[in-house]
Formats: sequence, structure tokens, C-alpha cells
Amino acid sequence: MVLLSLAWKSLRNRLLTTSLTVLSIGLSMALLLGVENVRVGARESFANTISQTDLIVGARGGSLQLLLYSVFRIGQATNNISYESYQHWKNHPAVAWTIPYSLGDSHRGFRVVGTTEEFYQHLRFRRDRQLEFAAGHSPKDVFDVVLGSDVAQTLNYKLGDKVVIAHGVAAGRGIADNDHADKPFTVSGILKKTATPVDRSLYIQLEGITAVHIDWADGAPPMAGEEIPASKISKENMKVEQITSFLLRCKTRIATLQLQREINTYKEEAMQAIIPGVTLQELWRTIGYAEDALQVVTIFVILVGLLGMLVSLYTSLNERRREMAILRAIGAGPGKIIALLVLESGLLAFAGCVVGVVMIYGLSFIFQPIVEQQFGLYVPVQPPTTAGWIYLGAVIFAGILIGFVPAWKAYRNTLADGLSVRV
Amino acid sequence: MSSPAVVLRDVRFRYRSGPEILDIPELTIARGERIFLFGPSGSGKTTLLGLLAGVLTGYTGTVEVLGQDMAKLRGSARDAFRGAHIGYIFQLFNLIPYLTVAENITLPGRLHPARGKQAGDVTAVAKRLGIEHLLERSVTQLSVGQQQRVAAARALLGGPELLIADEPTSSLDFDHRERFLDLLFENCALSNSTLLFVSHDRSLAAKFDRQLSLLDFNRAHRTEAAV
Repeated sequence: MVLLSLAWKSLRNRLLTTSLTVLSIGLSMALLLGVENVRVGARESFANTISQTDLIVGARGGSLQLLLYSVFRIGQATNNISYESYQHWKNHPAVAWTIPYSLGDSHRGFRVVGTTEEFYQHLRFRRDRQLEFAAGHSPKDVFDVVLGSDVAQTLNYKLGDKVVIAHGVAAGRGIADNDHADKPFTVSGILKKTATPVDRSLYIQLEGITAVHIDWADGAPPMAGEEIPASKISKENMKVEQITSFLLRCKTRIATLQLQREINTYKEEAMQAIIPGVTLQELWRTIGYAEDALQVVTIFVILVGLLGMLVSLYTSLNERRREMAILRAIGAGPGKIIALLVLESGLLAFAGCVVGVVMIYGLSFIFQPIVEQQFGLYVPVQPPTTAGWIYLGAVIFAGILIGFVPAWKAYRNTLADGLSVRV
Repeated sequence: MSSPAVVLRDVRFRYRSGPEILDIPELTIARGERIFLFGPSGSGKTTLLGLLAGVLTGYTGTVEVLGQDMAKLRGSARDAFRGAHIGYIFQLFNLIPYLTVAENITLPGRLHPARGKQAGDVTAVAKRLGIEHLLERSVTQLSVGQQQRVAAARALLGGPELLIADEPTSSLDFDHRERFLDLLFENCALSNSTLLFVSHDRSLAAKFDRQLSLLDFNRAHRTEAAV
């Protein structure tokens, strides 16, 4: 305890170097913990883009592909599934709800998704958050469209604006010949921001998808004179033939695996069902390298911070030779001199960690809403993760270890000097 | 208690491969004696003090301090022995700069429980040395004379059997020197401490029980001087 109070007072005496050292360790610690939080946040955001969905069902193909186009609106389905099959599974006794998606069209680079009222009712993200409307309501008419918040913001659309949907999902404007200019949609609602891919799509009714393609044949626009004008189209006379995929929630979790097997072996149509969590993890593993690289960089930043501490302690030793001689004279052995310096360096590392933790929580508290708004990344403000604690412990331990370097030098000094340092 | 404060027999010492610094056939200091030790610089005064304090090892011969054969003590035991039984005053810069006066005075007692047990009242010692009003000050605010008295208070606290003072007055002016010495004598008498006072200022010598010239009993220097 005597040594601890000596170490503390000695550090306090060199307030400027001490606080600079603590600050540099604190900053690098905050960076490390920040990266850790962003990692966790990214992983969580990623895993939470879709919640409470037990299965995603689509035409047989790659499971990653199904996840990508159904959840992230990336890539395209090679095949659709029939509306009858969809109805079959929707009415299955083990199924609580389904959300059908009909994909393939776009508007100025944003995907257009045909879906039903169930989408607005049942879709969940970040565990239990539900879609909400910033303005308007869900589509009531075949030619109503609801905008994700990014779409509305980027294209600066308001309720009542007319939107023309393009055939295909190529980025930018649809090919002029290929668009559905004859059947414009009216914005009926704008969703609140969810920080998930939902924000980057437009939503119309399944019948709307049918309607814009009603006079098309074999994927080509209607010939002159064969167009069917929008005025002749109503929800009742639109028959949905196909959808692309659907999300499914079972009544009990236990039924999930059973149902997955049933769907995968469905005789009527080649279909596949995937468990989103499993496939999300698979996907994360393939894109998780970037975070590892970031991690390595921050570890080097920590090392630099610790080296700074080493330098400041080491250079202070020469002016402290006198102090060491005094301590020797009043009966402190070399062991105590070593302990004193190791304590100082341990205290510096500890203080740096405390500063780092305070800093990162202050910062994430302040910047969390901004990061969520700008990057769609929800970074949780929470006590350090297990990994965070391990980092903190490791840095304090490293600080103590590094303390042995100046301690050894001081020990050599005291042996050489004895009681005889003249200043 | 009958053993002398210091006994040296056939002590030879050199730093590594350097020349012999000390070659002392015989030196005895009785308990309670006030010794004035003098000699020109480089005559081995500080080295001798290092041996007595148990900071320097690697000598041949016998060094006994307060009846304890220093060679028989291991490293940490020597440090503890010094902390518990020996007070030490340097010429200058005796104090740890980041501690207050009171903290400096009580530090040996806090480092060594044995010394701590004997440690008397800090204010009593401070009062005897006329520094009781400085106790809560930072040592950087003290004059040199005040610093030396704080150093004396630290060395005297707990009544060490042996007090070693390495030119403690050389940075003081004449008046302060006289007063400092009187205070030192007074307090050594109170705690019955043996005083080994090193100085090159012979004008002080008359106040001591015995004067020792290092040149007289250190043969190493004589042979070197002869060469």
C-alpha cells in the first residue's frame, strides 16, 4: 500500500506526462473498444435485419441467393414459385403467418417489391420492431405504392407523387421501352426508417405487379394496339399467378425443422426453405474479414500507446536516480524499486483503460443516433463485451509487463549508484 | 547491547576491476559515540558509508554493524536492516519531491514495520528540530536548511541505533551549520544513537567525541598516494 501511494503521488507529480500518457492509452483503448462495439453492432444489425421469421421459402436454388434477394434485395431469383404452392403453405396448419414477395421490377435503382398487407403487419426487425408509417398508409389500391424511407429521402418524393416502375432491376433508370409508363403508381405511404434493407425498396400490392405485366407476353412489352389501359384494371380482376419467395412464421419453433423438411421435399413444385439465422451466419463468415483487418490495426494502435508509456517512464528514470537513492537509503530494496515502477506503469495502463471506457461510452452515447441515421448501423451502448473485458485485462497486463523494462533499468541504476548519486 | 556500533576488520573493497578503494585493517566505533570522519574527496568516504549501510557488497574481511555481520545478511534482509536500524542523511536533495514534509519523515516507518513500531511521535521529532510548522508543506517550498532538518527528522524518527550523515552541513551557511549540529547532537543523545558524521569542514571537528581521518586508517589510499 505504501508503494501504491508512492507510485500514485509520483505520477501525480509528473502531471503533464502522466496525463498525456493516460490520454494516449485512453484514446487507443477507446478506438479498440469502439471497433469492438461497431463489430458487435454490425453483426447484430446484420442478424437483426430480419426477426421472428422462421423460414424463407423460394424456388430451389442457392440458399445464399434466396436470402440475398429476399432480405437484402441483392441479386435476382432464377425462378418463381406458383401462387398455388404459396397458398398451400400459407394455409398449412403449422404456419402462423406468411409474407409473400414478388420481385423483379425497379424504380430508379430501387427495387420494387410486390407484397400484401401481411408485410406491414408481421415483418419484424431488431427482435421485435415493427414497420411504421412516417406518413400515409399501406397500399389500398392496385396502383398505390409505399416508399422505404431511403427511397423517399433520396428521390425526394411526397405523398401523392406519381411513380413509374421499370421492368427489370438494372441500376439507374429502366430501359425506356421496358418501363411501365402507361401505368403510373401513386405514393400512398412512406415508411419510417428501419436501418435495414427495407428502407431501400418500394412496396406495391401483389396485384400491382400483375397489373403492370398484364399486357406483356413472354417478358416483352405489349405490341401496339394490345395495351390494356390502367383504367380497365382493378384489384378484383387481377389474378396473381406467381410470387418470388415468402417469409414464414411457424406457430411453434419446434415445427420449423419439420416444416422445412416438408417444403424441401414438396412433390408439386421444386422449392426450398432456409432458416434465416443459419444462412445469415454463413454470409457473415464470408464478409467478416474486413472487421478482422480493422481489429489488427487497432491492436497496433494500442501497442503504440503502450510504447509511448514505456518511453515516458524510461526517460523519466534519469531525473529520478536521486529519488531511487533516497529510497534505497531509507531501506527500500531493489525489489521495492522494481515494484514501484511496475506499479506506476500498471496504474498508467489502468487509468488509460478507465479513460478509454468512459470516452467510448460517452462517444457512443452521443453518436449512436447519428450513426444509426447515416449508416443504418445500430451500435449498442452497453457494458464491455466479453472480448472488451479481455482487451482491458490484456492492456493492463501488458502495462504491468512493460513496467519491468524501466524497472530493470532503475534496478541496474540503484546497483551502480548505491547511495552515491550526486546531482 | 554490549557489541560496538561498528567493527571493521581487514576490509578490502574495489569497484569491479578498479583500483582498491578501501583497505582497513581495524576500525571500531563504540555505541553512543559521536564520530567526526574526514578525508579529501576520493579517499573512500562514501564507499565506506555504502559498506556500513549494507548497500555495497563484494568486500573481503568483516563488517559488523550493531553486532550484525553484514555479510551474513541476504539482499532484502540487508535493506530491511538498514531501514530498521540506520538513519541516513545526504549532503543535499534528501527528500522525495512529490511527498509532503510529514510523508517524507514517516516514509521509513511505513516501508519497514520494524522501524514503524519504534517510530515516535512525528510532531515531537519535528518540534525538536523546529520544523513542526512545515509538516504539511510540499518539500519543494523549503529552503536548503529546512530540507536538511526534515532529512534529519526522517533519519532520527524511531531512534535508529546508528545515524550516518554524509556531509549534511556542507550546503549550509555558518549559523545554520552550528544550529543544525546542535540539533543533531541533542537528538542523538535523546535516542542514544551513535553518530557517524562525515565532513571535510574541520572547523566542526572539535565538537565531536572522536575524529577519524580516513587517510589514517585506510591503507589503500596511502599505497596509492605512495605510487
